[in-house]
Amino acid sequence: MAMAKISRPAVKNRSATHRVSQSAGHYSPAMALALLSPLLVLLLLGFILPIAYLVRLSLFSPHLDFSSYRRLFEEPLYFEVMLRTAKVALAVMTASLLLGYPIAYVMARTKGRLASAVTACVLIALWSPVLVRSYAFIVLLQRNGVINRLVKETGITETGFRLLHTEGAVMLAMTHVLMPFMILPIFAALRSIPLDYVQAARNLGAGPVTAFLRMTFPLSLPGVFAGCVMCFILALGFYVTPALIGGPGTLMAATLIGQQVTVLLDWPFAAALATILLLLTLVLVLVFRRAFATNRGFQGVN
Amino acid sequence: MIGLILLFLVLPTLIVVGISLGTASYIEFPPAALSLRWYQAYFNDPTWMAATFFSLKIALATTATSIVVGTLAAIALVRGNLPGKHIIQALVLGPLIIPHIVFGVALYLVFAPLRLTGNFAGFLVAHTVLAVPYVVISVMAALQRFDVSLELAALSCGANRAQTFCYVVLPNILPAIATGAVFAFLSSFDEATVAFFLSDVGGKTISSKMFKDIDFNLTPVIAAISTMLVAVSFLLMGLIHQARHR
Repeated sequence: MAMAKISRPAVKNRSATHRVSQSAGHYSPAMALALLSPLLVLLLLGFILPIAYLVRLSLFSPHLDFSSYRRLFEEPLYFEVMLRTAKVALAVMTASLLLGYPIAYVMARTKGRLASAVTACVLIALWSPVLVRSYAFIVLLQRNGVINRLVKETGITETGFRLLHTEGAVMLAMTHVLMPFMILPIFAALRSIPLDYVQAARNLGAGPVTAFLRMTFPLSLPGVFAGCVMCFILALGFYVTPALIGGPGTLMAATLIGQQVTVLLDWPFAAALATILLLLTLVLVLVFRRAFATNRGFQGVN
Repeated sequence: MIGLILLFLVLPTLIVVGISLGTASYIEFPPAALSLRWYQAYFNDPTWMAATFFSLKIALATTATSIVVGTLAAIALVRGNLPGKHIIQALVLGPLIIPHIVFGVALYLVFAPLRLTGNFAGFLVAHTVLAVPYVVISVMAALQRFDVSLELAALSCGANRAQTFCYVVLPNILPAIATGAVFAFLSSFDEATVAFFLSDVGGKTISSKMFKDIDFNLTPVIAAISTMLVAVSFLLMGLIHQARHR
């Protein structure tokens, strides 16, 4: 970035050529700061300050004490919630990977109607609001819901199964929400592997399975990695789906925080829980920064 | 196998559309007869209408604010000589990564004493923070692709910064701004977690009302509203998709 070192053209030298050669299309620090200032003010007042308040509340009430944090580790119930959150996030990540990889593969490796149909299905899922999907899963899974009525009609059971408000239901619905975040980075990684590589492997005598296992799959690992990190982090902080689909026995970190705020009004404890969730997310992001460089959770299917 | 996974992906959306078209006063799938009665019920319910207009107002204001603030920031981040650019970039992307529950609780903590809950200004700030990263990312990508020498050419032909921006840069980054705008609009319109904490009797968005209603009362009206939300999402995303493929 040699350009960045060149100082702003002197005010007197306003001849066009001079200005162009010296500034090389760059805005001076003062100008750049001016352009950035509305965003910085917004983030300071609407983002950093509230988060700082929250962290402070978890530590000072009104004097510095760590009782909220101690409570989290001393009471087995809360520790259990944290463990369950991690377990559900891992399970959702794994399920998304196992179900998502074949879909990404078909999207990247087939052409024509099949590829468009598969892509359309993924996009329909991705573009349906999360709330809408939670509603759909409640309708599907409740006691006299679609699935239970089918089961009763076939005569397997008279009463139907308890499906809603179980951990399985939460995992199922969360997998549905997060699968596109797994599929898209894997699709991008697979698509960037030149077909010649696979062809070369095949010419050298590898069967389709060997070619996949030793060529395609290892080369797609950056996408897998990015998708897994995305899914895991999003799953850790998920609120809407577990709150609607989970039950009292399937409390997760985000729903516990919500409960402390809306029902029990225990602000310092809610703040401590939120701070831990935030720290955990930040640590994961920093450790797996590479995954975020390639995938910003934003790249649609081009 | 692939077929089953695809069914899993589209089934929830299809079910919601199916239920919304039923006639029974309970959830019925597949519907025995088709009707639009639940759409009528939605349009005739003043509380749903109020929530819808409140949401639309917030989403449009969020989009407008995000476009202006985000585009200016993207220009500064790509074309500016600013030390510590990477830190600012990371900060701008922060709202995409932070769990919404943490943000929602933090905002409630600060906004409640200031009477900014259930209030347009409070929602605008909250949703703009969440939406602006989409505009920044999208416009930054476009500026990085866009050849600086075209800007230099305009400058050397005597145009000032503002003219260069309006006549050379802006037309080229307009598709990126549009993409960012759609993402910003939908992120505000569909956002439920933060809205859940910022809503009160004075004002709630359509998604926060839906969130509460799904918990208490699972009527087919919600299916009708859901179907319309899905339709809005598809329409806007489809437009971007179309624009990018042209």
